[in-house]
Amino acid sequence: MYVSASQEATPTLAAALTRRGFLQAGLAAGGALVVGFQLPLAQSAQPEKPGFAPNAFIRIDVHGKVTLIMPQVEMGQGIYTAIAMILAEELDADFSQVALEAAPPNDKLYGNPIFGIQVTGNSNSVRSFWLPLRKAAAGARAVLVQAAAQQWKVEPDGIRTENGQAIYDADARRIDYGALVDRARELTPPKDPQLKDVKDFKLIGNPLKRMDTPDKVNGKTVYGIDVMPPGVKFATLAACPVFGGTVERVDDAKARALPGVRQVIVLKDFVAVVGDHMWAAKQGLAALNITWNEGSNSAISSDDVWKKLRAASDKEGAVANSVGDAAKALTQGDKLEAAYEMPFLAHATMEPMNCTVHVTPTSCEVWVGSQVLSRVQATAARVTGLPLDKVTTHNLLIGGGFGRRLEVDMVDSAVQIAQQVDGPVKVVWTREEDIQHDLYRPVYRDALSATVANGRIVAWKHRITGSSVIARWLPPAFQKGIDIDAIDSAADIPYDIPNLRVEYVRAEPPAVPTGFWRGVGPNNNVFAIESFMDELAKKSNKDPVNFRRDMLDKSPRLKAALELAAVKAGWGNPLPARTGRGIALQVAFGSFIATVAEAEVDASGEVRVHRLVSAVDTGIVVNPDTVVAQLQGGLIFGLTAALYGKITIAKGRVQQSNFNDYRMLRINETPQIEVHLIKSGEAPGGIGETGATAAPPALGNAIFAATGIRLRRLPIDRDVLSGKKPS
Amino acid sequence: MNDSSPTGRAGRYTLIGIVAILAVVLIGLLWMGVLAPHPMDFAGGTRVALTEYHAQDPTGVPAELKSASLIEQGEYLARAADCAACHTADGGVPFAGGRAFVLPFGTLYSTNITPDKETGIGNYSDANFLEAVHKGIGRDHTRLYPAMPFASYTYMTTADAAAIKAYLFSLAPVHAPAPQNTLSFPFNQRSLMGVWALLFNPDKRFEPRTERDPQWNRGAYLVEAMAHCGECHTPRNLMQALNNREKFAGAVQAGWRAYNITSDPKSGIGAWSEAALAQYLATGHADGRGAATGPMGEAVDNSLQYMTQTDIAAMVTYVRSVSGIASSDLPEPKASPAPASHAEGVAANSDPRGKAVYAGACASCHDWTGVSPVIPSATLTGVRSVNDPTATNVVQVILSGSHRQAADTRATMPAFGSAYSDEEIASLANYVTARFGAQPSAVSAQNIAALRAQN
Amino acid sequence: MVSLQINGEVRTVDAPPDMPLLWVLRDILGLTGTKFGCGIAQCGACTVHVNGAPVRSCLLPIGSVGDRAVTTIEGIGASAVGARVQKAWLDLEVVQCGYCQSGQIMSATALLNSTAHPEDSDIDAAMAGNICRCGTYVRIRAAIKHAAQT
Ligand code: FES
Ligand code: FES
Repeated sequence: MYVSASQEATPTLAAALTRRGFLQAGLAAGGALVVGFQLPLAQSAQPEKPGFAPNAFIRIDVHGKVTLIMPQVEMGQGIYTAIAMILAEELDADFSQVALEAAPPNDKLYGNPIFGIQVTGNSNSVRSFWLPLRKAAAGARAVLVQAAAQQWKVEPDGIRTENGQAIYDADARRIDYGALVDRARELTPPKDPQLKDVKDFKLIGNPLKRMDTPDKVNGKTVYGIDVMPPGVKFATLAACPVFGGTVERVDDAKARALPGVRQVIVLKDFVAVVGDHMWAAKQGLAALNITWNEGSNSAISSDDVWKKLRAASDKEGAVANSVGDAAKALTQGDKLEAAYEMPFLAHATMEPMNCTVHVTPTSCEVWVGSQVLSRVQATAARVTGLPLDKVTTHNLLIGGGFGRRLEVDMVDSAVQIAQQVDGPVKVVWTREEDIQHDLYRPVYRDALSATVANGRIVAWKHRITGSSVIARWLPPAFQKGIDIDAIDSAADIPYDIPNLRVEYVRAEPPAVPTGFWRGVGPNNNVFAIESFMDELAKKSNKDPVNFRRDMLDKSPRLKAALELAAVKAGWGNPLPARTGRGIALQVAFGSFIATVAEAEVDASGEVRVHRLVSAVDTGIVVNPDTVVAQLQGGLIFGLTAALYGKITIAKGRVQQSNFNDYRMLRINETPQIEVHLIKSGEAPGGIGETGATAAPPALGNAIFAATGIRLRRLPIDRDVLSGKKPS
Repeated sequence: MNDSSPTGRAGRYTLIGIVAILAVVLIGLLWMGVLAPHPMDFAGGTRVALTEYHAQDPTGVPAELKSASLIEQGEYLARAADCAACHTADGGVPFAGGRAFVLPFGTLYSTNITPDKETGIGNYSDANFLEAVHKGIGRDHTRLYPAMPFASYTYMTTADAAAIKAYLFSLAPVHAPAPQNTLSFPFNQRSLMGVWALLFNPDKRFEPRTERDPQWNRGAYLVEAMAHCGECHTPRNLMQALNNREKFAGAVQAGWRAYNITSDPKSGIGAWSEAALAQYLATGHADGRGAATGPMGEAVDNSLQYMTQTDIAAMVTYVRSVSGIASSDLPEPKASPAPASHAEGVAANSDPRGKAVYAGACASCHDWTGVSPVIPSATLTGVRSVNDPTATNVVQVILSGSHRQAADTRATMPAFGSAYSDEEIASLANYVTARFGAQPSAVSAQNIAALRAQN
Repeated sequence: MVSLQINGEVRTVDAPPDMPLLWVLRDILGLTGTKFGCGIAQCGACTVHVNGAPVRSCLLPIGSVGDRAVTTIEGIGASAVGARVQKAWLDLEVVQCGYCQSGQIMSATALLNSTAHPEDSDIDAAMAGNICRCGTYVRIRAAIKHAAQT
């Protein structure tokens, strides 16, 4: 039922689909998974003159301008460009004539084939749209060719396409797509259009300049936080610092007296101040005297969270994968046990949470940058009680998603505020509110045990204990006690292990809400697995690279990545004292990656990461420069978490508040980073989250190599490394 | 567990030892206590009872408030005496008590002074209140710890104390029992505080000096009876009483260094202009001198910012009359900014971590020159704390930030203590003092750990 | 009423003198290229130039700006160095989500204005105050060097 190591050579998209197979099937059975590429473009804005819109993604006007309707949202991962490249490639469009438009909310038209709803996440934009979009574009192209054939009264076979033109080589006739629009509109695209051969790709595989960047270097890009509908007012809010608390009473006399403060809005569990600008709103909020009813969570601390999690981890879990007889094999041979623990983490997207809303008695208009646009619309409809079609949404560019914008809490509260305001209101969270009212990457505990013999793993048991975000976020996907995300990259561990058992225990932390965080399930699992692999290598007296390589015969793509990374990183070359190299492998999101970290640890426990080297096989690379950039950025994201990331709880509230106490890696702490792409003809894998997953275990292993100290908890504890605290 | 003799014996020896030591110390300090100068003795001159003083009355409220209600007058005076500073817990209701004072021998909590009958002072008669303020004796005859500055408040007039009580009784009662103190023996023996009071509390009301002008006398009253500046700025003797032989020469209190505020031009405030002093007291900031942080910041927020200009001027006059005592470890503050380039100023071979942290977390606001491009109160040039080679307050501000409640809310600094290691903070403090001060500090990670423990 | 010189134009705004420049730019003047990230001078997203020097506008009261020239990301391309930095950013595809990049470009331009050929340590000192959550630091460093050479 899960893709085991032996099947890894299957094309990645198929692998991903198989892995999520039952989820997809379930949704399809319910009728949600309609890949409506043949549907006319109903919801999107219509061009003035009728154009050619063979499906929901492509619109060509009479001037030849090609508009691509983007189902996925751009949050820095370069997806606008990558998807445009896929479409333009198969359409043979003139890339300079291509314009982008964000798709309106519509799960049917724009739902992600893997999730069945309109969502950008899980590094699957390219993976899930790769084939459907190519088919959509190829269909459109076929129709254009047919239209040209009709016009010229020649056989379509003799017509080829290039750069937004149909060309009849026999007499060198050419015609722009724009001139074919009227005819094309009358034709029906073929059911199974011919796709291009990979070797004929002209755009795909070339490092194309991203389409969204020019406006990002001159300040013109409009993010959610930048929208300015006429007459907009500004608001900021405060929720009870204790999770689950409510407002008891508010003394707003001082706030109301401040210049620029317009309204104080008191709702059940938060208070907002509306002003002429954010400054007035902020000052007003600070001047409020709010008494909270802290509710039942006011005594909860991180200690309680960990106690509960550890207790839950002692119980048996639901079986996610079982091969051979792990229970028996674990009683024989040289056994090692270890437990790894991961902290709560905030997303801290650079653009703080925000949402702009205009509610009237008969309508609601929402401006936001969201990873789940249809949920934005549904939320606004639910809060206002308006029908869906009275809710207009505008999805804007996103200043960092990382999973935070898979949630719609910021929409919910903004709509509630807007219901009380005459005219549009932009609700912007302060950074403090953003850090203290996130939906946090859950705490996890990974209990591992294994036996080794002759330098190989004989038995392996992995019990993952932690919150199920899936169960809340996509309930149908949580079945038989298994969270498909929480076990991702663990149930289908790439190593050749004859006796395997992977379990999952769902354990929700008290009070603290949890959410997806860049790297999701693999993030936690790969840290535990790859740290433990190093411990087992040590137990087997084997070099960490050799130990892994010897168990990768059935995973050639990963093995190739391992070998390349080792060579490029100079694995085995001597290093100065207190400096070490660590390696970590992963098969996640359909990509095969090996990463080597080189780090130095001084006597006081300070860690300096000198170098990170990744070798990546992500199948066919659409835009190689974007893949490299995503890896670079992801590695830094992961390094930040490994070195500094932790959210702690005291008295039911988050103790961190801003970048002074929720520390970010800065440029002067950033190592040299090298990313090596491996050429591949396999279907594209996901890349956006892979770096975040790769860095922590590679760093942990490098620290071990440098110091002999094994850190089983993140973030790394300098006091343990300096010997001030026992490990 | 019947056989408790070993611990019992040890306990007895300890007890005998402590009693013996206490006896010796007591005798010594009796001598010290009787002979020690009182806070205003430095001024010399003739003291007269207030009733005998015929110039303008130095006590009570300033002219602007003379016709205000008793409660309003009490509010001004309660602010002048800064009752809220100690009787308000972090984030708690003002005057409801519960603020923790972490001392080497345990933790002491301030009490609730709202008029709640059960847990506050609702049952206090005027006489009870005066006993507490002037003598450190609670309503149930328990002795108060001198964390309550009754040895200063004792100079307060009965009328002013009554006005403060009237104000406190006008507040909404808050039911807030004070947490149990956790003092160890013998400090948990409240009766000993009676002995302490006998030795160190003069139990006298304010007596003006006839040779001094009314402004000085007003200042003296405000500084000594009300603001109790000496409680932090005057060093203490072994028995924790103020040692007025070194009046205002500076001391370390609760992990913060209360600087020398004598007229010494190099280590004190002798070189400050009157205007700078007044500005500092009234706003918590004076150009070229720095911003009040920590406990001094709180004193400005809770108390000094509410004082009238004339009262501030009077306090300045009085404080400046205290003659200079040099603190040998405090150099004259460096008055010139550091170089604009990060590459100049501090030797490249110094610990690079401090500079790295400074570049990331500090330079945006404090600049490489130390002259803030953003807000004047963030300028480090000329500031005493960065010219203190112990770097005590520099470390404290890095650890816990500065959270000023005064009008200008941007004059705050976030706390960096939880995100940076002891090593990084030590190194940063050393970098800051080396770059912006007259003399670099040599703080170690252990120092940081010790200071953290006090917060 | 406060008068400000922004990108070469005099703008008069009805705002209290203690209001930080950031909110005047964004919410009153509609110059939203300058970003809000933290409000406490820890991230650099709000960086503008005041007389050429990089300043965190989230803390800078407009009352203290006086007649000094303010340049924002919308105006930085008008200077030769600013345009060069923007071009280097595009040439090397520095940007990801882009939210921090206005601030990064303002800090980088200020650096190149004062140090034409910065070394790594100069880049560290000038750029460490600008957080990029997407992790574009490697390319920022490269782009600054690239801009210095062009
Ligand atoms: S918003 Fe000004 S530095 Fe972060
Ligand atoms: S590019 Fe996204 S925060 Fe820097």
